[in-house]
Amino acid sequence: MGDLAVTAVASPPRLRVPGFVAASAVALAAALAGALVGPAGLTSRGVLAELVDALPLVSVDSGLTPTQQAILWQIRLPRVVLGALVGATLASAGAAYQGAFRNPLADPYLLGVSSGAGLGATLGIVSGGSLGPFDIPLLAFGGGLLGVAATYVLGSSVGGEGGAVAIVLAGVAVAAFFNALQSFVQQRYDDSLLAVYSWMMGRLSTDGWSDVLLVLPYVLVSCGVILLHRRALDVLAVGDVEAASLGIDPARVRLVLVLAATLGTAAVVSVSGLIGFVGVVVPHAVRLLFGASHRTLVPMALLLGAAFVVLSDIAARSALAPAEVPIGVVTAVVGAPFFLVVLRRNRAAA
Amino acid sequence: MSHHLAARSGALLLAASLLAACGQADAGDGSADRPSSDQTTDASFPVTVASGQEGDLTEITVDARPESIVSLSPTATEMLWAVGAGDQVVAVDDQSDHPEGVPSTKLSGYEPNVEAILGHAPDLVISAGDSGDLVAGLEDAGVPTLLLPSASDLDEAYAQIERVGAATGHVAEAAQVVAETQQGVEEAVASAPDVSGLTYFHELSPDLYTASSGTFIGEVYGLFGLENIADAAAKDGDLYPKLSAEYVVSADPDFVLLADSECCDIHPEDVAERAGWKGLDAVENGGIIELDEDVTSRWGPRVVEFAETIAALVSEHAPAN
Repeated sequence: MGDLAVTAVASPPRLRVPGFVAASAVALAAALAGALVGPAGLTSRGVLAELVDALPLVSVDSGLTPTQQAILWQIRLPRVVLGALVGATLASAGAAYQGAFRNPLADPYLLGVSSGAGLGATLGIVSGGSLGPFDIPLLAFGGGLLGVAATYVLGSSVGGEGGAVAIVLAGVAVAAFFNALQSFVQQRYDDSLLAVYSWMMGRLSTDGWSDVLLVLPYVLVSCGVILLHRRALDVLAVGDVEAASLGIDPARVRLVLVLAATLGTAAVVSVSGLIGFVGVVVPHAVRLLFGASHRTLVPMALLLGAAFVVLSDIAARSALAPAEVPIGVVTAVVGAPFFLVVLRRNRAAA
Repeated sequence: MSHHLAARSGALLLAASLLAACGQADAGDGSADRPSSDQTTDASFPVTVASGQEGDLTEITVDARPESIVSLSPTATEMLWAVGAGDQVVAVDDQSDHPEGVPSTKLSGYEPNVEAILGHAPDLVISAGDSGDLVAGLEDAGVPTLLLPSASDLDEAYAQIERVGAATGHVAEAAQVVAETQQGVEEAVASAPDVSGLTYFHELSPDLYTASSGTFIGEVYGLFGLENIADAAAKDGDLYPKLSAEYVVSADPDFVLLADSECCDIHPEDVAERAGWKGLDAVENGGIIELDEDVTSRWGPRVVEFAETIAALVSEHAPAN
């Protein structure tokens, strides 16, 4: 692994195609592992047979009972798919924020998106469903947009040359403000502490395919827009003046990217809660392995982000099975030390 | 640990019976059976009462019969009224709602504000927890605090009722409440058919947090012979584990008890609609019921109601044989 990483940093372009193949294989393997592992004790043979049986033109008897089939198709697989969508979205959004603000630490947490969404979701939870069935996702989305908008407006108003730095600093202030409001609301409605707490720790849904379908359109739009702008992100990386001279309006591109990343983040955060470190760890790992070009970075982050969250969820489900560890705990425990390693290596490379 | 508890419970029971005898003697000379509030020199004071969690008990001293009690715990509030100390209570926290008409305030037991509590000039404060250095803050003001944390089993719950009785000058009534509660639970269990081997899932939240057998909630189910599907997950000492949905479905419990209907709007029909849950025995046989969240989460005298609810459920669904 270490040798591979060193070689990859030394020669990113040559490794691009094999890299994509490898990343796709990792994502697929993670998804397959996600389908095979779980506390219900389905046999691997049965699960594989069910999956093959689902292919067109093939019919295999898996030997799974109807209950086991329901567990596989309605609980475990939607969870794997949702995990993949959440991971892909958070990682590509992280890459977009980092590129747009030219700040390697920018991620949904630092820009007020997650705390805004957190406040919105908390309001939805304490309102106890009195605002309708979609109150929590909608309020989380509204809060996320409000958070990043406040960050953007505050950061830009003091912007000037240090725009990117000012925006991140504004994000810290906005996040602190929203977190304080959220604590206040939580304290006022301590009945709902457990629900809010559970949301804060992150969890992949138990609601079958409905949550997958709920976030899918936002995820497609968000990831799609970011993918289409991967060349623009490379141009932004050179500098605003240079970007303008190349015919790109940096302010407009930045706004489009931030809106797209926020849309995706708020959508997945509203169903999965706060799953931290994905947006910052995965893009950094990809940069380390395959170089900093966004043409490679964005699609790689998408694939490996999906794999990272699916694998973290396997750990969350297995560590204390049949009890469950909140997935946000797993991503933080795995992500934080990894993040430090990446930071050290980046410094060594610089 | 349980030795200590047993010893302390024994001591309390002994004290209770002695004082009960005194009470009888008082009644003999024509005074009211219950000490009246103008009786300023209650012979049982000063009294020393155990405070805190089983295994980590401290002692507090109540100098005279308290006449302005502040309760920061809904369970303690129910205990106070049950032992007849209700008229000595001046304020209860924002979560206390039983019995009807308790002097509820905006005080919070989760985020206690010592200054606001002292505003009610208490001579005894009862709380389930010590967040925000509540005990130390009140001690500085010379107010004793009786800590009655979440009971892990029924014995501890009964011991707490006795401690409430001792601290408020209602030892005999407390002993009677305990006896009645014990009897009520026993009768509920006796009225139900043997359902040993049937399994249950007690749902605390839509995220499938649950209570294992190591809690007083689990103990009540256990009295009926019901087996908790969560116990496999409680092996690491987590008494309130969060279960995987696929584990609950694969365990296929006979009963699903919803303690999240009020907080989270979860009803039996919602459970049936969950992805993958439709084939559960509990769904097909009507083994899903809503519980009164307050009754099941408080370890006071209303645990009898909780036991009766389960008795009714299992009676309705006992396997025919």
